[in-house]
Amino acid sequence: MLRRPIEITALTGHVPIRRFSISGNATNQDLDYVRDIDSQLSKPTNSQNIMHPVIQVSGMRKTYGSTVAVDEASFEVNDGEIFGLIGPNGAGKTTTMECIEGLRTPDRGAISVLGLNPFRDVQKLQDRIGVQLQQAQLQKRIKVREAMDLWALLYGKNATDGERLLEQLGLADKRNAWFMTLSGGQKQRLFIALALINDPEVVFLDELTTGLDPQARRAIWDLVRGIRERGKTVFLTTHLMEEAERLCDRVAIIEHGRIIDIDRPQSLVNRHCPDRSVVLASDDPHAAERFRAIPQAETVTCSGSQITIRGRGDDLVTEVIQCLSENRIRVTDFRTILPNLEDVFLKLTGHSIRD
Amino acid sequence: MLRGLWKLTWIELKIFLREPLGAIGTIVIPVLVFILIGRAISPKLGPTAIAANTFIGVGLPVLASILIAISAVLSLVTIISIYREGGILKRLRATPLRPQTILTAHVIVKLLLTAATLSLMVLAGKRYYPVGIHVPFVGFTIALLISTCSILSIGFLIASIVPTARFAQPIGAIIMYPMIAVSGLFAPIASLPPLLHAAAMIVPLTYAVSLLGGIWQGDPWSAHLGDVAALALVFLVCTVLSAKVFRWE
Repeated sequence: MLRRPIEITALTGHVPIRRFSISGNATNQDLDYVRDIDSQLSKPTNSQNIMHPVIQVSGMRKTYGSTVAVDEASFEVNDGEIFGLIGPNGAGKTTTMECIEGLRTPDRGAISVLGLNPFRDVQKLQDRIGVQLQQAQLQKRIKVREAMDLWALLYGKNATDGERLLEQLGLADKRNAWFMTLSGGQKQRLFIALALINDPEVVFLDELTTGLDPQARRAIWDLVRGIRERGKTVFLTTHLMEEAERLCDRVAIIEHGRIIDIDRPQSLVNRHCPDRSVVLASDDPHAAERFRAIPQAETVTCSGSQITIRGRGDDLVTEVIQCLSENRIRVTDFRTILPNLEDVFLKLTGHSIRD
Repeated sequence: MLRGLWKLTWIELKIFLREPLGAIGTIVIPVLVFILIGRAISPKLGPTAIAANTFIGVGLPVLASILIAISAVLSLVTIISIYREGGILKRLRATPLRPQTILTAHVIVKLLLTAATLSLMVLAGKRYYPVGIHVPFVGFTIALLISTCSILSIGFLIASIVPTARFAQPIGAIIMYPMIAVSGLFAPIASLPPLLHAAAMIVPLTYAVSLLGGIWQGDPWSAHLGDVAALALVFLVCTVLSAKVFRWE
């Protein structure tokens, strides 16, 4: 079948605007293809640009006694995305998540999940969401297979094939092991399996990789990406900025119960921390001078043969490389220092997330 | 209505039997103690003496039953509070399981274990109790079931509210054991001083002891309808209350 280049432009705001440009004469086949694309687009997909909220929170507030755990939280989570709520311990992440799951009742505000009210329709909601809770445990001596069977029975006709889930999560050979004998990573994978057993539309993961070693953490990240690839929406909380950066399509930064900003990780970095640096080593005596001529370079500092160029904007790195090649400057080292979410957090709150 | 009840009961029973001291502590040890005591007593007293002694003839079986029921309650309270503390209840809460299902499953497990222990005791007791004593076995079993459910419901209530596992056992014991003292097992209620007499009348165990003792001795059920009603009331009140105050975490 002849496929012509089709261009789909970016969508703006809540209203999707699509434009197709088809070169040459459009045949019926082409138009069918366009219709195909069109129908795919109108279905929920992983695309960032399609705003189709499955979770809507507005003006949510939750207090425990005189402590305000969450204050005026408003955000939306779109269909098919991995949305991360990030912030230090005690920022209100778990409270926010548990209100959305229907486990807690907010004092104020409106929450809608898949069109349901989590508090009023909690039973209907439980059939359609999957939940992994922070610091949850199972009975010490329950077998993996028994837990899967029990959960499958609880969800009745909605339950998926537990054996296949165990295989996909690498737990097949542990199906007869007691819960207490599993490693931290295996326990978390079992909790993911339990969260997925009812083939949920939205999966909630609370501090999924806390306490895991880096290797187990990476394996879990792959699993979470796999959940998104199956067309599900993932709402997760984490205090690990690296996790948020690598995993999340969009993040909300929360501190002291308030949501400070929401966006794609890279957009947050670009907006709040446009500074970047190039560090290189060169023996060329004129190098520093040349770099100072780059318009984007704000400061150039030398320390021995090491030169640090600081500036703003994405073009800085390109400009430095161009300057190197135009002036035939020889370098023995070259690296860029780009800000990340950690820096954004520091900038927005005035302290590091680890404090 | 109680989705997952049988599955959960079956799993909980297996989990309990996997505990290192689970089966031994609840079944083997009480039966062993019973056999040892029986061996020590029966050669010294003849069968007629045993039949004549009201404590050995009536008090002992009732006491054994009550103690087993209470140990079931204490173990229920402990398990639920361990589940709460460990986040197991919280995890179960985020599923379609209801708290009634979880409690009911544990109660059934405890009833099964109680039944197993008592059956073994009856079998063992046949050797030491004179053949002449006729015990209404079916009636006593039903009476025991009613009493145990009622005592267990007090357990629900304690289990629903105790904060941590460390408190569960002592709080349970503090509530349960004094009840035995005034329940009429050791001294007839009529002979108690007025204050204790009043206490005895509001303690549910009193009715359990009266029911069990009466049925053991061959009383007709019509003589103990008041006891049954009192035990049913306790069960109802405690169950409703515990469903209301149940804490998941």
